[in-house]
Amino acid sequence: MKKRKVLVANRGEIAVRILKACKELDLNTVLVVSEADRESMGADLADEVVCIGPPMAHESYLDVQKVIDAALETGADAIHPGYGFLAENPNLPEACEKNGITFIGPRSDIMRQLGDKIRARALAKKANVPMAVGSEGLGSFDDVEAEVEKIGFPVFFKAAAGGGGRGMRMVRDPKDLKNAYDMASNEALAAFGDATLFIERYVEHARHVEVQVIGDNFGKVIHAGLRDCTPQRRQQKVIEEAPPVNLSDNLMDEILTSAVALTSSIGYNSAGTVEFLVSKDSDEFFFMEVNTRIQVEHPVSEEITGIDLVKNQIEVAFGAPLPLDQEDVNFTGHAIECRITAEDSNDDFFPSPGDIEKFVAPTGDNIRVDTHCYEGYTIGPFYDSLIAKLITTGETREDALATMKAALSDFKIEGIETNIPFLQFLIERPEFIASDIHIKWIENDVLPAFADSLK
Amino acid sequence: MPEANENGLIPVESSVTSVFYRRPSPGEDPFVEEGDQVNDESVVCLLEIMKCFRSVFAGANGTVEKILVENGAMVNKGDALMLIRPDK
Repeated sequence: MKKRKVLVANRGEIAVRILKACKELDLNTVLVVSEADRESMGADLADEVVCIGPPMAHESYLDVQKVIDAALETGADAIHPGYGFLAENPNLPEACEKNGITFIGPRSDIMRQLGDKIRARALAKKANVPMAVGSEGLGSFDDVEAEVEKIGFPVFFKAAAGGGGRGMRMVRDPKDLKNAYDMASNEALAAFGDATLFIERYVEHARHVEVQVIGDNFGKVIHAGLRDCTPQRRQQKVIEEAPPVNLSDNLMDEILTSAVALTSSIGYNSAGTVEFLVSKDSDEFFFMEVNTRIQVEHPVSEEITGIDLVKNQIEVAFGAPLPLDQEDVNFTGHAIECRITAEDSNDDFFPSPGDIEKFVAPTGDNIRVDTHCYEGYTIGPFYDSLIAKLITTGETREDALATMKAALSDFKIEGIETNIPFLQFLIERPEFIASDIHIKWIENDVLPAFADSLK
Repeated sequence: MPEANENGLIPVESSVTSVFYRRPSPGEDPFVEEGDQVNDESVVCLLEIMKCFRSVFAGANGTVEKILVENGAMVNKGDALMLIRPDK
């Protein structure tokens, strides 16, 4: 029987991750690359490489037609979009459906529904998932004032058409409302082509807790546990861990149940993540959104369950039923992931591209490094600053943290600046060790303290 | 401030490998055209790395003699972006 072929429509560490999973599943592989990634680790790993354009993402990785054409040209049976780029663009699964190509992700109609944040809230409401009090789409500023009457300050504007921190503004003071509305609308229009906003009650001192789910084409959806992604800087995750600590078992069960209820109510048929905010002050949890893709931080869930999420994602896409029931999913130990980025922690985390002169990753039983970088590799200015994910595991959180401290110290990267000094500072903070933090903690408390420490 | 080159022109150099943009955002006018008067603190272009933007200043009083790079092109650290003819 002819071996099936998967085209990976992404780059960097996730392309390497997916290509390795494909190889382990005995699948042939194609990688699309921009001109900047022709010499990448992914290009080396893939069986075939198709150059689809110049470095700028909108001329290569973001071009649905070019990706589809590459798949047709190479006879690929399936496309894996990774994360970012086209991973949550419904035009890609739609084009796959039209061209008889398997999309390794949810059906296009599911992606559309969940990608519209207002529709996603409506689905969550139907599935009895708790969420912050909020509005439908706001037509004009008059609507805003009416909704704010009902919701009460502080409020949070969000874009209906997308996330990632764009089109978001928090408002405490009524006099800031109009300006925030205008700024958020403009940002949403620029980022997503759609200025529609909605508004929610702002959750103070929130922790970010999310659920990894995976579903198949037969209606089964299971979860692979919770992750805590509270340490964030400007809405970008810095450290993630599994399982969360300092949350009652009851609360965790409710969050897991809600996530599975929501995703199974619409027959979610791939890997995905349901994100929640948990109020530190009140033990309540609030639905935020569903990410209809494999996420950067998926390794921590893999490490505590032994489940290979990418392989499972590929197999369910090809029509296999999920090989596990919920009761087969067991959780052991603790896993922490640090995102290692090419950013200069001394210069407001400005990206630091360049030639990597030395790259020695830590190794050991409880250490996993997902990366596309190596000594001699050049990080260009075109994409994102993630150079590696450093994951440590242990029987307890203390063990995993101790291993992380040593691993960060052993990770030798020269030629570019990295955020490793900042990570080392962060994991020693008493609040982090006690897991007593919220999503604004890094910005409010850690960054000033870190800046002081550099003086 | 970089020294004048053999033609007496002062280069505005890229401080970092990045993408060069002539305008504040798509659809807006370029910061400068050849022939424009600039001073030390005039913003002449943007450099982008991974969605982070930095303004580039002329660093000299004079006129923009020549813009050397196309909008959207990648530039390496040290590349000359434009040449300023300094005021006497």
